[in-house]
Amino acid sequence: MADLNAKIPSGPLTGKWTQYKNHQNLVNPANKRKLDVIIVGTGLAGASAAASLGEMGFNVKIFCYQDSPRRAHSIAAQGGINAAKNYPNDGDNIYRLFYDTIKGGDYRSRESNVYRLAEVSNNIIDQCVAQGVPFAREYGGSLENRSFGGAQVSRTFFARGQTGQQLLLGAYSALSRQLKMGTVKLFNRHEMLELVIVDGKARGIIARDLVTGKLERHFGHAVVIATGGYGNVFYLSTNAMGSNVSACWQVFKKGAWFANPCFTQIHPTCIPVHGDYQSKLTLMSESLRNDGRIWVPKNKEDAEKHRKGLIKAKDIREEDRDYYLERRYPAYGNLVPRDVASRAAKERCDAGYGVGSTGLAVFLDFEESIKRLGRHVIEERYGNLFQMYEKIVDENPYENPMMIYPAVHYTMGGIWVDYELMTTIPGLYALGEANYSDHGANRLGASALMQGLADGYFVLPYTIQNYLSGEIRIPRMSTDKNEFVEAENTVRERINKLMSVKGTKSVDHFHKELGKIMWEFVGMGRNEAGLKKAIELIRALRTEFWKDVRITGGIEELNPELEKASRVADFLEMGELLALDALNRNESCGGHFREEYQTNEGECLRNDQDFMYVAAWEFLKEGEFKLNKEPLKYEEIEVKQRIYK
Amino acid sequence: MKLTLKIWKQQDAHSKGKFVTYSLDSISPNCSFLEMLDILNEQLIRKNEEPVAFDHDCREGICGTCSLYINGRPHGPDDAITTCQLHMRKFKDGDTIIIEPWRAKPFPVVKDLIVDRAAFDKIIQEGGYISVNTGGAAEANQILVSKVNAELSMDAAACIGCGACVAACKNASAMLFVSAKVSHFALLPQGKIEAKDRVKKMVAMMDQLGFGNCTNTYACEAECPKLISRSNIARMNREFICAKVS
Repeated sequence: MADLNAKIPSGPLTGKWTQYKNHQNLVNPANKRKLDVIIVGTGLAGASAAASLGEMGFNVKIFCYQDSPRRAHSIAAQGGINAAKNYPNDGDNIYRLFYDTIKGGDYRSRESNVYRLAEVSNNIIDQCVAQGVPFAREYGGSLENRSFGGAQVSRTFFARGQTGQQLLLGAYSALSRQLKMGTVKLFNRHEMLELVIVDGKARGIIARDLVTGKLERHFGHAVVIATGGYGNVFYLSTNAMGSNVSACWQVFKKGAWFANPCFTQIHPTCIPVHGDYQSKLTLMSESLRNDGRIWVPKNKEDAEKHRKGLIKAKDIREEDRDYYLERRYPAYGNLVPRDVASRAAKERCDAGYGVGSTGLAVFLDFEESIKRLGRHVIEERYGNLFQMYEKIVDENPYENPMMIYPAVHYTMGGIWVDYELMTTIPGLYALGEANYSDHGANRLGASALMQGLADGYFVLPYTIQNYLSGEIRIPRMSTDKNEFVEAENTVRERINKLMSVKGTKSVDHFHKELGKIMWEFVGMGRNEAGLKKAIELIRALRTEFWKDVRITGGIEELNPELEKASRVADFLEMGELLALDALNRNESCGGHFREEYQTNEGECLRNDQDFMYVAAWEFLKEGEFKLNKEPLKYEEIEVKQRIYK
Repeated sequence: MKLTLKIWKQQDAHSKGKFVTYSLDSISPNCSFLEMLDILNEQLIRKNEEPVAFDHDCREGICGTCSLYINGRPHGPDDAITTCQLHMRKFKDGDTIIIEPWRAKPFPVVKDLIVDRAAFDKIIQEGGYISVNTGGAAEANQILVSKVNAELSMDAAACIGCGACVAACKNASAMLFVSAKVSHFALLPQGKIEAKDRVKKMVAMMDQLGFGNCTNTYACEAECPKLISRSNIARMNREFICAKVS
């Protein structure tokens, strides 16, 4: 049975990972060849894990729904990747990176995991440079760093505004090398639809070939889920259109526990919503806050005039501008962490100071930086972002300040994992954004790339051996086994059920409706009444979905509508758990803001007495979940109120 | 905006395709091109007709999935963007828009506007990497890279692998794509040991997969959403010749 033993190695925090590596079991080269590992997802975590395990000699099968592994959504990360190199000599070290990450996560992450993350961060940079990732350089040829939210040092490495792309292409190139060697086999345009469990252990998956529509059975001695986050439960987010919770949800329903689903990150700097037909929100990198200043008008009349299009930002005098982040948080200013910046924007807009046609936008202004540094410097630093903004909004951000508003971006919650990244199902692992482990209630900028690559290159390749060393006597199983046949039948029945609804409304209709409920009641500000209402509305919408969804086309063919329907069906269940977790957590911390729990100044009011735990939910049946708790113990650092003033 | 769309419909790789005409009304000029297709598909589903299949994912111009040939141009009439970044304000009320898949032998149609670009992955698998295993990499700052070369390398590495260069080329040449990857590494000190092998193998695979040759029309550069320069092709040719003669 599942339990919540996090398997944290004993000894002092700084020596735990070494201690673990000194004593873990290994698999000898001859046995590695006999062991199969399934990896689902080809983003930073999945691709780096597949490449590393392939190099070590395991047989790896890797799956992605995209046409190529290079298209996974890690590619869209813009700003950078953190590491404790201390190249700028500004006082950084492993401990500080660890400390900032724990504090940034509002003391809701596991000390031992985060320390390990900070410890391996430097190896990641070394690895990526060796792979030929073209990081930004100083004139002397050494690596350049910049600062990011939630830190007072410059520890972020970057490749223009396309750091995620370059790191993913690095991992993809390492993966490609293994594909050529035959240690890894790729299944592109394939989607995992069910986990296969044999004698209590994860032993394979059922996948659908998205081109032929045929179901396939795949065996593995272990299964790794690296399928990213569930931000698309909000419909509008910065995620890719195909990003989904389905693999995580399937393993959850099979016994893996889901941790802290209510910890979702709303990114402060996105292009505001502009119409009903909108399908996607575009992020403007956090790095822009290095040189951009965020403000709204001081007077409501000016805001009103701007909303009506009567004046431009330039018409508002300097003394009539409220640089509210600099005013409220002088120590960090425009570089406060994302949750703080997002809430502050919402607070101003709710109070009537929002700008733009909808009133749901604030200014991000580069005028002062352009004056100080010159336009060419701003162009060199952020040129591609400015161009992207102009293409979407049709306004020149060198001349008029950008307008931005918060949007759903990242999910800190995910499948519960222990120190080895193993879920509550033996032999099943979760990596990257798909797991919950490192970011607590709020992720700091440039830490997602760090975590994805840490998990894939430097953690899983060790920890999975500790498990696989016990599996060397298990021969490859035939996929004709009962458990595989039954799992395939479950999937087939579910697809048939979806297709046979033959209702009147499109899948997108239901997804948009779900998104509206989630954003209104489970978004930036949450309260008890709203969350209860959200749960009711989601349940009703789910019932309606199964009565009235219309999926055109057939099963055994390429059918994007069927793919979407299957994912939205899972979101309709997952959204309820997210709201339930938010309802259970009677405190405000990080990205989770319960309006009932705030200080007089509108800051988060944490409740360490009652909620210093990881909420790990167990699936009982549809709409019924059991809460389990993993208490969080802080041995190394003193838990404080998170102050950025 | 009122629009007439002529869209390529093809059931699968083996079927014959044809243009189907659709009309759309009240499209906002602020709508993106793919959102316009979403609206079309929503209407088709309402009429119980099968929607148009097209590839797309990130919708922010970086994943390289979207791939439409619009009015005779890959990624449509605007420069330096992908289809997902194209907005309807670039068209006029009453326009007829012709939408086709990438057309190139190595990119067979999968369905409607979706093509199979696995050929690009195969080329990368031939040598588009530096052979370094995980772990044991040297301290990052021991490898110094001049800022100029790092920037040039990044210019080449910015390729998103969408295939617009192939679609734009009358010879269906993949030279811009392959040369971008070759240049990315050729400009860096890392991976020099296998540089000759890399360029030879990648070019050989490119030829084997049926991509055509370069005849210097530079349509690829003109249509590249990431402004990858044709000078990369020159660099690849230089690398290739050096590798062959030495």
